[in-house]
Amino acid sequence: MGVEEQALAKLRERFPKLLLESGSVRPGVGRVKIDRKDLVEICFYLKEELGYEHLSCISAVDWRDRYECVYHFTRYSDGSMFQVNAIIPHDDPHIESLCKFWRSATYPERESYDLMGIVFDHQPDLRRILLPPDYRFFPLRKDFPQEVDRQYISRRKLKTGGV
Amino acid sequence: MSGSLLTPNLVGLCRSLTEILLGIVKAIFDALSLPGLGSWFMSPGVVVFFTYLIATLVMVMWAALVNLLSVMWVERKLYSRIQDRRGIMLGVPWPWSKKYKRGMTNLGWGFLQNIADGVKLLQKENITPASADKLLFHAAPAIIVSSTIMVFAVFPFSENFYYTKVALGVLFVLAALSLGPFAIILAGYSSNNKYTLIGGLRAAAMMLSYEIPLILCVVAVVLLSGTLDPFQMVAVQERPLLGTIVPSWNVFSPPQMLGFVIFFIALVAELERIPFDIPEADAELVEGWTTEYGGMRFGFLFGFKWLRAFAGAGLLVILYLGGWNGPVFATFSVLGYPIPILPQEFWFLLKTYLVVMVIIWISWSIPRVRADQVLKIGWNRLIPLALLTILGAAVFKTMGWF
Amino acid sequence: MAEFWVNMGPQHPMTHGLWNLRIKVDGETIVDAEPIIGYLHRGVEKISEVREFQKVIVLTDRLCYVSSITWSHAYCLAVEELMGIEIPERGKYLRVISLEIQRIASHLMWLAAFGADIGLLTMLLYALRERELFLDLIEIMAGLRLNSNYTRVGGVRNDVPADFEKSCQRVIAHFLKKLDEYEDMMENSKTFLMRTQGIGKLSKEDAINWGVTGPNLRGSGADVDLRRTIPYEVYDQIDWEPAIEKDCDCYARSIVRMREMRESCKIVLDALKKMPPGPYRMKPPRRAEGEAFRATEDSRGEALFYVAADGDDRPYRVKIRSPIFCTLAAVPQMMRGHKVADVVSIMGSIDICVGEIDK
Repeated sequence: MGVEEQALAKLRERFPKLLLESGSVRPGVGRVKIDRKDLVEICFYLKEELGYEHLSCISAVDWRDRYECVYHFTRYSDGSMFQVNAIIPHDDPHIESLCKFWRSATYPERESYDLMGIVFDHQPDLRRILLPPDYRFFPLRKDFPQEVDRQYISRRKLKTGGV
Repeated sequence: MSGSLLTPNLVGLCRSLTEILLGIVKAIFDALSLPGLGSWFMSPGVVVFFTYLIATLVMVMWAALVNLLSVMWVERKLYSRIQDRRGIMLGVPWPWSKKYKRGMTNLGWGFLQNIADGVKLLQKENITPASADKLLFHAAPAIIVSSTIMVFAVFPFSENFYYTKVALGVLFVLAALSLGPFAIILAGYSSNNKYTLIGGLRAAAMMLSYEIPLILCVVAVVLLSGTLDPFQMVAVQERPLLGTIVPSWNVFSPPQMLGFVIFFIALVAELERIPFDIPEADAELVEGWTTEYGGMRFGFLFGFKWLRAFAGAGLLVILYLGGWNGPVFATFSVLGYPIPILPQEFWFLLKTYLVVMVIIWISWSIPRVRADQVLKIGWNRLIPLALLTILGAAVFKTMGWF
Repeated sequence: MAEFWVNMGPQHPMTHGLWNLRIKVDGETIVDAEPIIGYLHRGVEKISEVREFQKVIVLTDRLCYVSSITWSHAYCLAVEELMGIEIPERGKYLRVISLEIQRIASHLMWLAAFGADIGLLTMLLYALRERELFLDLIEIMAGLRLNSNYTRVGGVRNDVPADFEKSCQRVIAHFLKKLDEYEDMMENSKTFLMRTQGIGKLSKEDAINWGVTGPNLRGSGADVDLRRTIPYEVYDQIDWEPAIEKDCDCYARSIVRMREMRESCKIVLDALKKMPPGPYRMKPPRRAEGEAFRATEDSRGEALFYVAADGDDRPYRVKIRSPIFCTLAAVPQMMRGHKVADVVSIMGSIDICVGEIDK
């Protein structure tokens, strides 16, 4: 059994009802999909019991009916990685912050708040990081128009329908 | 050895020149039938006034024009070659050089580049920050420039190339060089800028702690030479060393070897060169205490750093390396004036420029030392060693060994 | 004594890029620090949602302009994982060669900036002179010196000429001699040791918790090199060793990078010998669906790309994980208690490139 199969088996045994989806992405990498309220429990289990000590990345994706916060963890002892997708409803973008377990979560969470508008509860320092502090929009959301949509579209492009 | 180029001395030459010029003026006034005015021009007071005017002009132009530009050229060419590139190349090209096309500025030895930089700085706007302390802000460059040129009033380039003979010449030079840090603190404080304030305070702390070993080493030299007069000091170093033909320069005696090293290190720190250039560390403080200065004010502050280097190196040469001693191979007389082949000025300038080149070499090869480490070196290492030098010199003097 | 905030940047001659570091000083001692970034935000993640998969490579090249091939390569790996394709062997070897040459060039740029920061201005010119040789090699491979646009989804853009191996051997032989000289200049210089030993300490547990990766983590004693821990391309078939130091200070991080340059030379020569003939590029499918991610070892740490697609011929979301972005969070802890002059030592030893922080 591969490394990630062992981790997935332990997770399924410990949290049988919380995992919406679980599977293996490629040899050495496992993946689970959970709801946002179970994030802290599962991540704590990953860190303490399974030994995933390094939080690589926090991504925020705007599927048009929901948000997803994707966490990637790494275990250096055998090089296995783990991906956790947390589903967030579209009209209430709040999720718990992981800063008290991994201090490497501060800046990526600030970036997700800045660009996508997901509010991380109990984050010690939630403010904009890349954009100016008084900016009013969240650019990476799908309802923020792209540059090509906002440009003047020439008559030729209108006729041919090209972008 | 009367090997100097000027006889009898600079002021005497200027006096002869003045008498010739005023004679011409008198002749013009005589021809215009105003004999009273003409003879007033030849009266002793006026002649002396014009003599010293011309001598001052000659000395200031020699020091601040010829020597400053030469030291700047040497520095820029030398560090460029250390960095594996050609360096400044704006000069007058040989007109018969095959590669020359009209308007080309990269053939040549580079001696016009510094003048070009000076002209560029002259035509810039002199900006004064609105909330700076105007009196101190304008006074600081003036103090640095004047205190550096003041050094050359008593600075002898050879037996006869000097402006005045002062019995406490070395003391005067040290005092004039110490006015520099005072102006640096003024500039740093009056610019109303946090960076320059930090730079000025760092300069104050560093200069204070490195003046002390500097002066202690001079004390050791004075113990052995018995005089503060630069002429006497060099004359003492002309004697042959223990029966050999080598002259007994001060650096050859054991306590003075240690003193030479300490004086050299303290000199590099006084001149604010890397490794001790924390007041103007450009990685941290932009330009340090000169940040707010622009135009020719900045040009003065920037350029006179090299003139102070020249003066400091000259002081080192007089104290330790025998001043203008050197073999004069032959002397032949022209119109009754003796002209030596290798005059004393040549030896003095050679030694001074060699010392300047060593300072430049060290500057561009070593990283910068941190501020508190600089102070630690100054107080913990240099001052005890300088005191040891004085002790050694005192022992040698009582034993009569040197 | 009053404490006040000093701004180092955004206009500063030596902060390696456009960002602002506010430090709270008490005399000469630093009490607190706060980096302010975002001056170079170009919206790469947003723009890559309207461009086809191959056209995004132009954007990812310019993320970190000093070490551009490593960033495009990470993106290509993520997209190839998304599409489920496997590139030919020769393509993998060519990618490894270009990556390692780019890594050497990036570390030489670090050396130039670091030497100039701590006052050794001659090192700026020496390191840039050596970097020119490696940029010439990249120009032979890719046609451009910087932002070379060499990797493609499915392989590399073109093959190398026949005498490339000889050029590489000549350049590397010359460079290794000079590297001995530069290591000597740094390790045997008392002033350099005084400026970097004991400065900016970050213990191993702290480093892993703060998310520090790459040479900064290896300087703190952790045996983590993503080319060895999570092998990708052909790194498991080439004989090399990661460089690890135990001291956790600026000096250890500098020594790690110097040794990495040597190892990269070995990898290049080995890969050139082992490279098989054959195709170097395959045609990827036009559309893709799903999500994928890949973590690679960039010159500065772990670069991770997470790409999600919904069946279109453009990515739906590209997320870029930058190593220095996470290291900046650990900087205030590294700086407390040191003097103002140590700011440049610490900043220089971390090797900041603002293009990848601000995306």
